[in-house]
Amino acid sequence: MDVGLFAQYVMNGLMLGMMYALVAVGFTLFFGVLNVINFSHGDVLTVGAFTGLATYLGLSAIGVSWAPAQVVIVLLVATTCMAGLGAVIARYLVLPLKAAPALNTLLLTLMLGTVLREAVRLFYPLGANPQRFPPLLPTTAYSFGNFTLRVDSVMLLLAGLAVIVGIHLVINKTKLGLAIRAVAQDEETAKTMGINFTLIVLVTFAIGSGLAAFAGILHGLYYSEINFAMGLLLGVIGFSSAIVGGLGNIYGAIIGGFLFAALQTIGVLAMPFASAYKDVFAFGVIILIMAWRPTGLISEKISERV
Amino acid sequence: MTALRFRHVPVFAAALALGLASVAVDAKPKVKVGFIGPLTGGTSSNGIGGRNSADLAVRLRNADPKAKYEYELIVLDDECKPNIGVLAATKLGANKDVIAAATHYCSAVAITTVAVYHKFGLPIIVWGAVLPDITYGNDYKEVHRVNGTMINQNETAAKFMTGLGYKTWAIIHDTTDYGKGHNKYFSKFLIENGGKILGTFGVTSDQQDFSAELTKIKSLNPEVIYFGGLTPIGVRILAQMDKLGLKALLEGTSGIVSDTFLKGSGPLAEGVLAFREGAPTEKLPGGKFFLEQYNKQGYSDPPEAYGAFAFTAMSLILDTIEAVGPDRKKVRDALNNVRGANAADSITGKVDFDDHGQNTIAVITKYVAQDGKWTVWEDSEYAKGLRKLKGR
Repeated sequence: MDVGLFAQYVMNGLMLGMMYALVAVGFTLFFGVLNVINFSHGDVLTVGAFTGLATYLGLSAIGVSWAPAQVVIVLLVATTCMAGLGAVIARYLVLPLKAAPALNTLLLTLMLGTVLREAVRLFYPLGANPQRFPPLLPTTAYSFGNFTLRVDSVMLLLAGLAVIVGIHLVINKTKLGLAIRAVAQDEETAKTMGINFTLIVLVTFAIGSGLAAFAGILHGLYYSEINFAMGLLLGVIGFSSAIVGGLGNIYGAIIGGFLFAALQTIGVLAMPFASAYKDVFAFGVIILIMAWRPTGLISEKISERV
Repeated sequence: MTALRFRHVPVFAAALALGLASVAVDAKPKVKVGFIGPLTGGTSSNGIGGRNSADLAVRLRNADPKAKYEYELIVLDDECKPNIGVLAATKLGANKDVIAAATHYCSAVAITTVAVYHKFGLPIIVWGAVLPDITYGNDYKEVHRVNGTMINQNETAAKFMTGLGYKTWAIIHDTTDYGKGHNKYFSKFLIENGGKILGTFGVTSDQQDFSAELTKIKSLNPEVIYFGGLTPIGVRILAQMDKLGLKALLEGTSGIVSDTFLKGSGPLAEGVLAFREGAPTEKLPGGKFFLEQYNKQGYSDPPEAYGAFAFTAMSLILDTIEAVGPDRKKVRDALNNVRGANAADSITGKVDFDDHGQNTIAVITKYVAQDGKWTVWEDSEYAKGLRKLKGR
């Protein structure tokens, strides 16, 4: 394989991995603070992407046509709205069920995901059809042999990287991050140390859901298309990535996301004429890794063992 | 049992004809014919257009003083659901007064009902469903079809594309029956016409990311990418081709001939080709006549794309009954004989059935996306040489 082609595969894989990682980080954050799995996460991403698209259409309608302003406002509105939605989900659906069996939360969020997905399909105008997402970033392309590098892809990759670094800094270098880690380690002790447990849970859900919205916009800008069902598979892949990386560990989720993207790309490369099986291949390998490392590649530093 | 029942049919028919003849000398004997289509649900606009068109054929015939019989149309709704379709087919089949019927727009319904028609010996002509197996998956003598299938569509596509001078293809198809069928027939006809397939990629019908497949295709460097699948992933593939800098032309199937594809792709859609069974009604040989008559009747809904085929199916049934009399078996055999020198003329062109009752002279229309519209190839600026397709 020539270098250009290899570079193209790497670039594709990185972009895909970035999106998976952003979703996986959300799953792992929720699990960290509350030991719950939020299956509506993928659909929050969809709602975020559609909120972004609606914001863009609104901006165009009132005459804001300067692309940089559009990108910033679309991102701000989508992430803020989804952060709000995440907090509302945590406050009114997840927290009240805290004492109930984990299975109930899982079912509840699964159903909430269906509600969100169907709401987009039914209430967004022509929501059942794929929607064109506007190219808000410069689309200049540079070709190096078989490698086509587009400015917008590079910008998206860098933006994703910046967000991941930002999350890392928030978790490790701020008081808020300290509180989140404290709650994740031991809820009771954190409470006795004066940490507002409910507030931390809400903030964590807001951060995770904001990340999902960001991933949704990233998805829209990268693929130039969004649809009501996009969150479904992304949610499953994000969840698998979080699990394989080690649920509750942010770095594990990031590694898991990129690993899954790499597996899918390898799947197509290794079986060029059976490419329909690339997801089978990728999930198959994930199953094997989970059999080998049941707690994930990087497990939680301190697990609660009874 | 069956033999016994059928042996009595001519006797009944004769008795019926005699009885009616004795009632009134100048009143024509009455004959019932059927129509089944989706009259409610998501595809109801097509079903209602087909129903009106079949009704038009009956009205025109009843207005013709030379017609030997007076026809009554029995209309049933299949809701585009196989289970409802089977009920409707059984109802028609069990009603011995119904001599023949024009049936089904939805492939999933037609494929389940053909056995019912066979069981009851009711000759039918499919007016809209395109799945090849409806005619080719069985040997039922009762089943006919006037519209083309994905086989005809891909034959036309392969001949047309090789005719334009394209030589190399990569194929992407979804792994449903629809996508696999398109891959199978297009590959077959493409190779027969001298085209070369560099790679075939099956994808799932809800796949989001095609960058790995498209990067692989980029390294194969085909002139054309053939896509056998539906609009949603068609939109994604086209957008991602642009992202990865693929220069190949995208050629689709009937599955992407929709406004949604054009809206979802925006300017990228320009110059994309696609093929579909049937034709815009006004382009058909007798399209002008049909639309004139249709508008005269004052139906509140348009005939839609397949209305003309429903009209053709019903007219052919009425012609046959006029020729051989109201008898299911005779009508069935006469319909099977509509071939070669006996091929029938119709507003959709010639009807020439093969051994499976499939019309072999199928109307297939070539489309190119031009300025955000699916334009019939012959009318496009591409055909006139004012614009160039990719790679030409």
